[in-house]
Amino acid sequence: MTVFEAILLTIVTASTPLLIAALGELVTERSGVLNLGVEGMMAMGAACSFAAAVTFDSTLLGVVAGMLAGALMAALFALLVLGFAANQTGSGLALTILGLGLSGLIGAPFVGARRDPIAPIDIPGLSDIPVIGRLFFEQDLFVYASIALTIVVAIYLVRTRSGLTLRSIGENHTSANALGLPVRQVRFWAILFGGACAGLAGAYLALVYTRFWSPGMTAGRGWIALALVVFAAWRPGWVLVGAYIFGAATVLQLHAQAAQFGVPSQVLSAVPYLATILALLLLSIRHGRAIGAPGSLGAPFVPDR
Amino acid sequence: MRFELTPRTNASTMMRVFASVAAFITAFLIAGFVIWLMGRSPIAAFDVYVLQPLSDPWSLQELVVKATPMALIAIGLAYCFRANLWNIGAEGQYVIGAVLGGWLALRTHGSDAGFWVLPLMLLLGVIGGALWGLIPAFLKTRFGVNEILTSLMLVYVAQLILDYLVRGPWRDPKGFNFPQSVTFDPSATLHPIFEGGRVHYGAVFAAIAVLVTAIILGRTLFGYRLKLTGDAPRAARFAGFSSKATTLAVFAISGGLAGLAGILEVSGQIGQLQPSISPGYGFTAITVAFLGRLNPVGILVASLVVALTFIGGESAQIMLKLPLDLTQAFQGILLMCVLAADAMVSYRIRFATRGGGK
Repeated sequence: MTVFEAILLTIVTASTPLLIAALGELVTERSGVLNLGVEGMMAMGAACSFAAAVTFDSTLLGVVAGMLAGALMAALFALLVLGFAANQTGSGLALTILGLGLSGLIGAPFVGARRDPIAPIDIPGLSDIPVIGRLFFEQDLFVYASIALTIVVAIYLVRTRSGLTLRSIGENHTSANALGLPVRQVRFWAILFGGACAGLAGAYLALVYTRFWSPGMTAGRGWIALALVVFAAWRPGWVLVGAYIFGAATVLQLHAQAAQFGVPSQVLSAVPYLATILALLLLSIRHGRAIGAPGSLGAPFVPDR
Repeated sequence: MRFELTPRTNASTMMRVFASVAAFITAFLIAGFVIWLMGRSPIAAFDVYVLQPLSDPWSLQELVVKATPMALIAIGLAYCFRANLWNIGAEGQYVIGAVLGGWLALRTHGSDAGFWVLPLMLLLGVIGGALWGLIPAFLKTRFGVNEILTSLMLVYVAQLILDYLVRGPWRDPKGFNFPQSVTFDPSATLHPIFEGGRVHYGAVFAAIAVLVTAIILGRTLFGYRLKLTGDAPRAARFAGFSSKATTLAVFAISGGLAGLAGILEVSGQIGQLQPSISPGYGFTAITVAFLGRLNPVGILVASLVVALTFIGGESAQIMLKLPLDLTQAFQGILLMCVLAADAMVSYRIRFATRGGGK
């Protein structure tokens, strides 16, 4: 395997958690709910999945635990913003603070433990093609699942009746309610889906990307996932593109640090964050204000009977 | 059975205060349950977290020391949040304030510079924080970029700048390669109010900020303008209030106060620059601002209460071997309870059976 191939492979690994978390948040936001708690749900997903995987020595159970943890956190958020019509920005921040704290508590006994890498799926024949072979046909299951998820979400939103309902609720919850659409019920499931995806992304971080647990290991990835949704103008295909651009930026700056170009490592570490700002800026310059944003995004919904 | 919410038109002040207290008690009960789940005694934890710090003079001072930066930052955030603008990057503005103010301290180090160093440092702290806060505000007003994400991203950038400086150009050459600057000269150090005490003059700044803000928000046109911008943006536009000017103003104010908190902490408590100068004050201040209901006096009380969880958390770590993360988890629970309590004040909650009601 050449260095070039290795870099491409790590880019895929770095991009996948961003893609999964951003897809989940995209569905939540399309239903009109802004959940800023992605970072917290991701951290909980990482901690719980790692704890379960080590305890039961099973990657599968770890993944299930991670998704459940993310969904549970999301359910808490749903209780606040749907049940109590609480401020969504505040509730999301609270979820992040809680998630980062709780994940530290849950992960503490597992600091220092390690998991073996999971075996990639090797498609015989195809994976022997030079350069692109390993890149396309010898990835782990999560990578294929994340691509499939992108397609499923895209089809669901645009081609199904249920997806249309979800989008119309996100565009204008008052009208949707007047039409008799179950606003809170649809939003509940959308929030839960977002949580499960964030949890899965966290599980991927802990079980595949780092293969250990350390507090704060999400390192702002949840926030970058949130930015990706804006960057992608709430469209699944563009989330895929964005996630891979950011994954590439992250990996290339790590390699640049190792190569020691004489640039301080901190400058390179700042690249993903600065790139996020730059991407949001370029998008806004090109398209004007928040293109594609669901009309009811972030507004509390109180049905007037 | 399902929830139904009806907006309340007459929510009294008494109810709002009561809701805060109720939220606090609920958060304590939940935290007690978590501690019980961890196999520890919630009563012993309550003793260490709350009762002991409040009965010890040294901890009481520490309470004020920890509350000072949070009160200053949260007061600034109140301006933003009232106008429905979301500056969640106060942590970064705090760091840049400390960096810019600290620059002067390091620049004048070893020289016989006079009394002017400290006031100028504080001023630079305010300027640094305000400028860092104005970046997301400018990006929002000029290009329409979401301020939540940019302000947050700039936190990481600010921390990396500080990290670079104290490991690189600003590292103490005689510091055995530790990543920290030289210790500030006495002329660049904020002194304690009482001889030998821990509380420094930063607390006075926090008190002034509370007073001035109470007047500005409650008694001036600017305060009214913020409220109107937040509650009814269309009405604010018709009234001729420029939302761009408001955005820039509140970000400059909140950034400046966060920067002031940063330089006060560095010159008063830490005495030098180092990679980590905050246990997350900038983020915790968000909880403080909400807990204090975006009201200056409420924020002052809330900052003392949240400071208690920091001090209690530290002693619980030593005495009960409870991890520090518990404090953060508690702060998250507390913020959730406050937001839920808010809703109960704003709306009348009724339980309706399915199919019943109107």
